[in-house]
Order: sequence, then C-alpha cells, then structure tokens
Amino acid sequence: MLFLCLGCVTLVILSLVSVAIGSRTIPLNEVFHAFSDPADSSVSAAAARLRVPRTILGILAGVALAVAGTLMQGMTRNPLADPSILGLNSGAAFAIVVSMAFFGLNTPKQFIWVALIGSAIAALAVWLLGSMGPSGATILKLTLAGAVVTAMLSSLTSAILLPRIQVISTYRFWQVGGLSGARFALMVPVLPMLIGGLTLALLTIPGINALAMGDELAEGLGSRVKFTRGVAWIAAVLLSAGTTSLAGPIGFVGLVVPHAARLLVGSDYRHILAASAVLGPILLLAADIIGRVLTRPSDVEVGIVTAIIGAPFFIILARGRMLRQV
Amino acid sequence: MKLPEIPTDPLNHGQQQSQSASLSAQKISVAYGTHLAVNGVDLDAHGGQIGAIIGANGCGKSTFLRALARLVKPQGGTVILNGHDIAKLPTKRVATQLGILPQSPIAPDGITVFDLVSRGRYPYHRFGSHWSRQDQDAVEHALEVTHMSDFADRSVDQLSGGQRQRAWIALTLAQDTDIVLLDEPTTYLDVAYQLEVLDLLADLNAIDGIIIIMVIHDINLAARYADWILAMKDGTCDTFGTPSEVITPDVIRRVFGMDVRIIQDPESKTPMIIADSRHALGPKREILEKEKL
Repeated sequence: MLFLCLGCVTLVILSLVSVAIGSRTIPLNEVFHAFSDPADSSVSAAAARLRVPRTILGILAGVALAVAGTLMQGMTRNPLADPSILGLNSGAAFAIVVSMAFFGLNTPKQFIWVALIGSAIAALAVWLLGSMGPSGATILKLTLAGAVVTAMLSSLTSAILLPRIQVISTYRFWQVGGLSGARFALMVPVLPMLIGGLTLALLTIPGINALAMGDELAEGLGSRVKFTRGVAWIAAVLLSAGTTSLAGPIGFVGLVVPHAARLLVGSDYRHILAASAVLGPILLLAADIIGRVLTRPSDVEVGIVTAIIGAPFFIILARGRMLRQV
Repeated sequence: MKLPEIPTDPLNHGQQQSQSASLSAQKISVAYGTHLAVNGVDLDAHGGQIGAIIGANGCGKSTFLRALARLVKPQGGTVILNGHDIAKLPTKRVATQLGILPQSPIAPDGITVFDLVSRGRYPYHRFGSHWSRQDQDAVEHALEVTHMSDFADRSVDQLSGGQRQRAWIALTLAQDTDIVLLDEPTTYLDVAYQLEVLDLLADLNAIDGIIIIMVIHDINLAARYADWILAMKDGTCDTFGTPSEVITPDVIRRVFGMDVRIIQDPESKTPMIIADSRHALGPKREILEKEKL
C-alpha cells in the first residue's frame, strides 16, 4: 500500500516535470496558466499544450505495456514473456512498411490504423497457429507460433525495406518508438481499445492467480483455464496493439516492469498488476524526460532510453533480492 | 503407531455432508488421439472410505483419476458426483464438492504458506468478493490439521519436501470438500515423509469423514492405508476389492508382471508383498559359489 502511494506521488511529480521540461523549460505556474487561460498565446503556453498530450500518451503507453506484459508473464507462467511474443510489433511494422512502400501512406493518422490492422492480423495468426492440434492453445505452441510469425514478418519487412532508401528513413523513426507525435485527436480513437484491454485484464486476474499453480490445479479449483488464457490474450493484444499504433514498438517496458513489480510486491497477481500499472508509466515518463534533457534541444526517442535507464535499475533490484535470499 | 491429536472441524460441516457424499464412475473411457488410455472403468466410492488406485506405469491410473476430477473429458461414460453428472455441473460448483491435488503443482515464486493455502478458497469467490470470516476459518483449519500453522508465514521455497506436500494438501483441504483426490501424493518424498503424509490423510478420513482416492505406486502402503484398491492394467479394471482381495500373487503378476510372495504386515495386519528379483541374495550367492569352483 505504502509502495503504491509512493509510486502514485512519483508519477504525479514526473508528469509535472514532463510538462515543464524540454528544449524550453517552462515554470509550473506558466503551465497552469496555459490551461486556465485559453487565450494565453505565449510560446511557453504553446509548448505546454504540446507536452501535455505527450505526457498523457506516456502514461497511457506505460500502463498499457506494463499491464500487457504482466498478463503475458502470468498466462504463460514465463517470467521472460512479454508482449513481443504475441507477434504484434512485427505485424504492425510489416503493415507500416507495406503501406509506405506500396500505397504511399505517410500521415500519422493513417499509420495508426495500418499498425492496428497489422498487429491484429499477426496476433490472430499466432493464436490460430498456436491452437492447432488436439490439445488446443498451449503455452509452448503459442510461444513457438509467436516466434515463427515474428521471424517471418521481420524478414519480409527487411526484404521490402532494403531496396527502398526513402522508406527506410521514414520507417526508422516509427520503428524506434516515441511519444513525440502525441496529439489528443490521434489518441481518442485508440482510447476505447486501451480501456477495454484494461477492463479485461482486471477481470482475468483471479484466473491468472489460479493458473500460476499449474493448469491442472487451476482447473481443479474450478478455474476455466482456456477461457482465462483466451481473455488475457485478447486483453494483451488490445493494449499492445493500441500502444504500438500510437507510439511505435516500445520494447523492454512489458518485459521488465512486471518483473520488477514481482520483486517488489510478491507473487499475487492482484498486487503485481497494480504495481506494474504504476511502475510502467514511471519508467516511460522518466525515460522520455531524460531523452529530452540529454541532447537538448533535440530528443532521444523514448524507445531507446527505456532500456538504457531501465536495465541498470532492474539489475539493482534483482541483485538486492538475490542478496536477501542468501 | 499413535495418531497425533487433531482438532475437530470448527465449522462442523465435514461429518454431516460426507454421510451423503459419493463419487461414482460408469464405463469411463479416455482416449489420447487413437490410443485408448482408459477403457470402460467403473468405480463407486462413498461413505468416507480411503481408496487406492494401483497399476504399472502407463496403465491409465492417473488418467482415470483426472477423469474423475473432470480434468480430462472422457470419450465415453459418466462421472456422477453426489448424484449429478459432473460434466453438467458448473466447474466452480464441482470445486466446492471435490478437490484434486495433481502430481506436480507449481508454487508461485516466494509465496508464503498462508497465501498458498488461501488460494484453495478460489471456488468460493467471485470477482471483487471479499475475504470472509469463513474463508479465514477454513484456511486456519486446513493449516491446523496439516500441522502447518507454525509455518504460515514461511515462504514455500524454504520448506522441506514433506512440509511442502503438507502445504499443498492444506490448500486442497481449504477448498472444504468432502471428496479429495490425490495423484501420487507420496512420490519424491523419502520414507518417513511418505508415512507422515499418508497418516495425515488417514486422520482426515477418520475425523472429518473425507472420502480420499489416491493414485499410489507403493503397493504395501496402498494395502496398509486403503479400504479398497482398484488395480488397473492396460486402461481397464483388473481387480477391485479390499486389500486382501486385490493384493494376491495372481493379481500382482497380471498387473505388474512380477512374481511376489504375500506375507502379513506385522504392523497393520494387511497383506504385504515380497518381490522376487534375479539378484536377490539367494541366486547371487549361488553365482558367487559357482565362480569359486
């Protein structure tokens, strides 16, 4: 409880800092003024109005990716699972590249829909491949199917990209993953997906807790294992597809945040989910702020920075726990 | 052997319900692909007895137990739990009447014994429902009868094999069912722990009247603890009866393909097998003596 409160306070502070800091630093009172007075047309006000959607996207993406990662690790009982084994990111990337190379699409709004369709198709392909055979969707088959679909789509993506220099230069910005393109108008259509994904995630948590003790014990306790896994899968797809369409493929958050949450709050997925939902946006916002400060006045995209600051933090956590165990 | 003292069921429902608790199977068949793992096996368990299912590896005994607990869907036959077809009952309702401890459950990393055992209350909860007085009582009772109360705050990783198995049994007991199925509850435990776990199950059976059905490898332990034994061979029932009816040289030769002598267990007066083997002391001595000549 204490941990959650601390996390929320940290998140609020980070959000304020995220709005205040950038290539141009805006004092907080001017930030408030920019929103309390719509007529304020100063440069600071304009910058603040750009950074607010960016910060909100950071929070949304952080929550969504961390929760999706928690679901993936819970439903597969594999602490190394993350949303990338769904095959979503490669599906979105492939769809984006195809749309750029063959259909000449180039606006962010178009990319959102292209990425959504691409990830949905890839996720569906992984699920169908992984549930073939008499025993239905098993952890092993789903993981293998995810790896196969990812490998195939990635090589197709490279094959299309390599001969097309111009496509590469546009694509590489999408591919890194970042919050800089955030606009409220772009977020609105994706919001229902994220809310739907979060709701389903909450509903599956008791089932995921039962699953953690093995499929058979869970079924013996009256949990419907296949149903839980299916719903968790859909929730993770909604959350990560929604995020990828808005911010590109941001790695690492979905893998490390649930892991860190588990180290901090123990093995109950109710607690892990809550902790992940707070830690995820903290990591993402912190990474985004650092990316903006490091190379002022330009940005380093958040997809790059998350791993750079997240990895050492994670190693410290894991080491602390190992030492305690000895 | 003196039984440890067990506190009686504080909720006092075990006895009353179990009078009528029953589990029966009619012509159960389970196929994996084209292979028929279980082929037309019947069973009728009621009235607070301990049952053991024995048989060679791959004879379908675990599969049959899983079918009894609706963990696998039989291709043919029905399982009747307290008068109802188990396949037609909501799975959570089944879980309030029948508990099963599978062979290798997984303890979530770092979980405490109390938290593990409290997960046995899953079938009594719907989304958002709160931990009730009854949940707390059931978990505390389960910890008490399994002698795990002192370990409640201990992490499951730190327990010995026997303690860990008792924690899993406590989880199954917290489910508060009149029927408990166990798949090889003594495997991987050393001899002292095997007896400890079986004594615990016998206590629960004697005091709370819980019907216990277990798959077990050790024929002598099955004979010692069970009221009835089902000997399976190639997916079918070879012999069903009391230990003295089932544990005979003929049945053991058919079911396990080995020659045995039967003596009386001096401790429990139940039948006990003494197996012949090629390198038992007699033949070995003969070989050695031949070599000397």
